[in-house]
Amino acid sequence: MSILLSDISKNFGNFAALNHINLEVPEGELVALLGPSGCGKTTLLRIIAGLEHTDKGRVIINGQDKTDQTVSQRGIGFVFQHYALFRHMTVFENVAFGLRVKPRRDRPSNDFITKKVHSLLDLVQLDWLHNRYPDQLSGGQRQRIALARALAVEPSVLLLDEPFGALDASVRKDLRQWLRNLHHELHVTSIFVTHDQEEAMEVASQVVVLNHGQIEQQGSPTDIYDHPANAFVSKFIGQTNIFDLDEHDNDWLQTAGLLQPSQQGKIAHVRPHDIIIEKTDNHHTAPATLKDWQHLGALIRIELVKNESNGSDAPVFAEMPNEQFKQLELAKGDKVKLKVRQAHWFH
Amino acid sequence: MHTAAQPLKKDKVVTQQRALQDPTWVRWSLIAIAISFISLFICVPLGLVIFQAFSKGLQAYWSALTNADTLSAIRLTLLVAIITVPLNTLFGVISAWAITRFEFKGKSFLTTLIDIPFSVSPVISGFIFVLLFGAEGWFGSWLVEHDIKIIFAAPGIILATLFITFPFVARQLIPLMQEMGNQEEEAALSLGAGGWKMFFSVTLPNIKWALLYGVLLCNARAMGEFGAVSVVSGHIRGMTNTLPLHVEVSYNDYDVVSAFASASILAALAIVTLVLKTALEWKQANR
Repeated sequence: MSILLSDISKNFGNFAALNHINLEVPEGELVALLGPSGCGKTTLLRIIAGLEHTDKGRVIINGQDKTDQTVSQRGIGFVFQHYALFRHMTVFENVAFGLRVKPRRDRPSNDFITKKVHSLLDLVQLDWLHNRYPDQLSGGQRQRIALARALAVEPSVLLLDEPFGALDASVRKDLRQWLRNLHHELHVTSIFVTHDQEEAMEVASQVVVLNHGQIEQQGSPTDIYDHPANAFVSKFIGQTNIFDLDEHDNDWLQTAGLLQPSQQGKIAHVRPHDIIIEKTDNHHTAPATLKDWQHLGALIRIELVKNESNGSDAPVFAEMPNEQFKQLELAKGDKVKLKVRQAHWFH
Repeated sequence: MHTAAQPLKKDKVVTQQRALQDPTWVRWSLIAIAISFISLFICVPLGLVIFQAFSKGLQAYWSALTNADTLSAIRLTLLVAIITVPLNTLFGVISAWAITRFEFKGKSFLTTLIDIPFSVSPVISGFIFVLLFGAEGWFGSWLVEHDIKIIFAAPGIILATLFITFPFVARQLIPLMQEMGNQEEEAALSLGAGGWKMFFSVTLPNIKWALLYGVLLCNARAMGEFGAVSVVSGHIRGMTNTLPLHVEVSYNDYDVVSAFASASILAALAIVTLVLKTALEWKQANR
């Protein structure tokens, strides 16, 4: 089911949490609302759910205007950051809750409920825990139960508020992959909120970048990474080196092989992997000194200082595969030559 | 580094324990002071109540309890408790809900107001009702015209007790509901539950022990309240005397057995309350 948000605005006192948001989520997508804390992403999710009222604008789910419906009428599934499992109910009863509270005429039989709950618990691979209470489970297990509970009512859309935010790094990694697979299986239109760009890129089929209550860019992870719409998106998605031509980085950049394209702004954003390090003096290379380097697993991040530049003395970060770095046989303090492959230009 | 840190931590615990180990004589004298204080001020008086109640034999105790005035005092006390406790349970839940679940202007003021019955002397609370409903009070002449008796009658006693016991339930619930947050309730709503369903299947089970605890304290006070009730009751024997007032009236009449027999009921109530309170506290801690 598709979700359409038209002209949503929300103020908390004088603070504009959301500012004229227009967003369309096509059916079956897994969308990430990505942004720094305080950007309004959770508020937007809660407005779609009906847990928060809009000041202005409409929420349309599958062609139906849901703006004036309460959260219990909307037929959405909501997963909370801190799970919000019912602490006095067993895992089984938690998952069964949504079916048991249906009005009498829609309520399925007990047999059906039992079967359905067990099949959902199978889906999240936790049926063996059905008799436990939430406080006897680990964080990752709780979140999977919360997801099973939300899915029990067969929601038209699934909304997840920082679903992995309260989990350990390793559990988070596993659950991301698991959520992605689950989505492939179920194809329920889903939106999840995150402040972690890596998580958004890894899990989502579409990423919506929010800042200060406005949408900065919407697109596939590849789109957003390769063609950031503005400086904010470029900075927020992954690491980037920023060169300001007004601060005399101009000469240095030109030496490094990058000429400013016309009319595209005076600030260049260069991804670390677009900076090439060479030991020999070549055409279009700029001098630099290797200051330090860090091991990131498959990649090495190298911190460099620009030489012979009258520009800013901000360090330049480059990244290259482990193997390549070993072949270069570099040591701290070595003089090297840099080449900039490409940049995104902003005003 | 990890293995090195382990024994170090252990050492620290040991020294901490040692720091808390006072010399033997200090320990024992502190324990002795505590025990003798409790016996002198709690056990001895309680024993004396029972001793005095039975001083003229079981027969006298029983007849003091079954005497018409005592029975009427027991009845009135129960009536007051039966009316005030459910009402204040309801008000307590409503105000705790309003304070912890809604944002509105004057919220912190309301939170402070709830505590007023605790901070005002009960005698003053009684006088407020006399000033409002007494013969010389604001509504006095109107009440007289319509032949409604509030002061020196059961309604006055009930009003005063309502006022005095209002904070107990709300004060138990507010911190708990604040700490729990409303995510479970939001989850229930998102799963399609209506407001009542949400309250009875999610909120109530989560607050039930604290709620019972508040009800228990509220009940103990409703039955035991003296000051405010004393002002509005008028001490009419067999009519407007609650148990605590009956104790005082009997004692002033040198009817020692009757006074202490009634007091023994209140003492028994206190002990039952204490046992239940401990049980509820244990339940809450082992939730």
